[in-house]
Amino acid sequence: MNVHRTLATSARVLRQLRHDPRTLVLLMGLPCLLLWLIAWMFNNTRVLDQFGPLLLGVFPLIVMFLVTSVATLRERKSGTLERLMASPLGKVDFVLGYGLAFGLVATIQAVVVTTFSVGALGMDMPGPLWAIIMVAALVALVGTSLGLVASAFASTEFQAVQFMPAIIFPQLILGGLVMPREQMPAALEAISRVMPLTYGVQAMKDLSMSGDPGQIWSEVVVLVAFIVGAIALGSLTLRRRTV
Amino acid sequence: MAPTPLRDPRPGSIIPHMGNLSQGSHADEHSSAIVSRGLVVRRGKNEVLHGLDLDVPSGQLVGLLGPSGSGKSTLMRAIVGVQLVESGTITVLGMPAGDPSLRHRVGYVTQAPSVYADLTVEENLKYFASVLGTDGDSVARAIGAVDLTRYAKTRVSRLSGGETSRVSLAVALVGDPEVLVLDEPTVGLDPVLRRDLWALFARLAADARTVLVSSHVMDEATRCDRLLLLRNGDLLADVTLPELFERTGADDADQAFLTLVERTEVAR
Repeated sequence: MNVHRTLATSARVLRQLRHDPRTLVLLMGLPCLLLWLIAWMFNNTRVLDQFGPLLLGVFPLIVMFLVTSVATLRERKSGTLERLMASPLGKVDFVLGYGLAFGLVATIQAVVVTTFSVGALGMDMPGPLWAIIMVAALVALVGTSLGLVASAFASTEFQAVQFMPAIIFPQLILGGLVMPREQMPAALEAISRVMPLTYGVQAMKDLSMSGDPGQIWSEVVVLVAFIVGAIALGSLTLRRRTV
Repeated sequence: MAPTPLRDPRPGSIIPHMGNLSQGSHADEHSSAIVSRGLVVRRGKNEVLHGLDLDVPSGQLVGLLGPSGSGKSTLMRAIVGVQLVESGTITVLGMPAGDPSLRHRVGYVTQAPSVYADLTVEENLKYFASVLGTDGDSVARAIGAVDLTRYAKTRVSRLSGGETSRVSLAVALVGDPEVLVLDEPTVGLDPVLRRDLWALFARLAADARTVLVSSHVMDEATRCDRLLLLRNGDLLADVTLPELFERTGADDADQAFLTLVERTEVAR
């Protein structure tokens, strides 16, 4: 691993995003719009306070998964990845470079969306803002690292997009959003434990119930472990030599 | 257009380009930049290269010529170390192809322009320069070498096809590599541009670099110091152009290639 090359890769990915203002507007604006719809629909109820934080934990997973898997697939198809694999760039430099760049974008997204929900929509959140933003950023990194892995198994954009329902939807269903995990059949509850989103949702629930960020550290540790594992897997799926 | 040299040619490094090679002899290991022995490559179910023995002399402009599907790109991928090889050996500058120590010393241009369309020319070059760890000057030099200085701040997606492939070439030049592997860099370009690019390749070779350029246009043989003719994964000939004409009795490269193909088929 080489810090200079990793950061150069992150800077390049961010520069590409900067040339694509429409994607940036969608990344930042769409979650705000959706939360505003919920706030409007359930005006004068506690629904936004309950579901807002959970959605803050789910948006980054979906968005970063899609953005990363499409971006990486584009590198594979355009030949730039082949060129990089013939260069001194390490595989870990490549994967970490993407992770850092999209992690930063996700953090900005979390700051924007959280500030909007609390400031403009009046979402009531006992937990500190920095803790919410941290969990959202970690979930985003999970999405990015899973996207890197998924893109290795997709050979077209159509396939890459189809991996979203395959990898993300089960987590949405079993992660404690639809039904509290304690009420699930034992087998499903067991499955939910090996899904990273479960821990993101749990951390957001903790933060929306009590203001004590000390409660979420165990979930944070699990999320970090998932990220490290998926980044390692992502580097393994990159091959310098291909058929 | 007058592309600027990538770096000042060293005095006395200009070598004559044609006819300075001993007849038909393989260059010895020391003066060969690229050596393959018994190289077998399979892509999917097809065996693309069937035990290829080949030498690319160092410091020369060598044309790798052959029709589409003859294995040129596969061979080039093997040289830069991104191709899975079934058996046989391939060495570049004395090291096994793909060795980490070679990644600074070999420049590679893939067949399709492999640059970031959503970045400017300069941003593309800067990224690859920092991956290679070269100084800031190298970016401007590489852009100058392909005569794109006035488009440095233009996004690649706004450039024409020919300009885009020159950006891709500039990326390969930015690290000032000793060996350049260029996969059909002149395909689809207009004659003036083709002539200028071949002049650039000749200057690079005159500056003691090894330049391997593939093409399926046989006429480009006239620009090369030496020719490697590939067909269906077999090396038909490793010659200079005058030798090729002498051996085949043809007076243009297309006809010479056809004559060689017919002879090998009769021999079978």
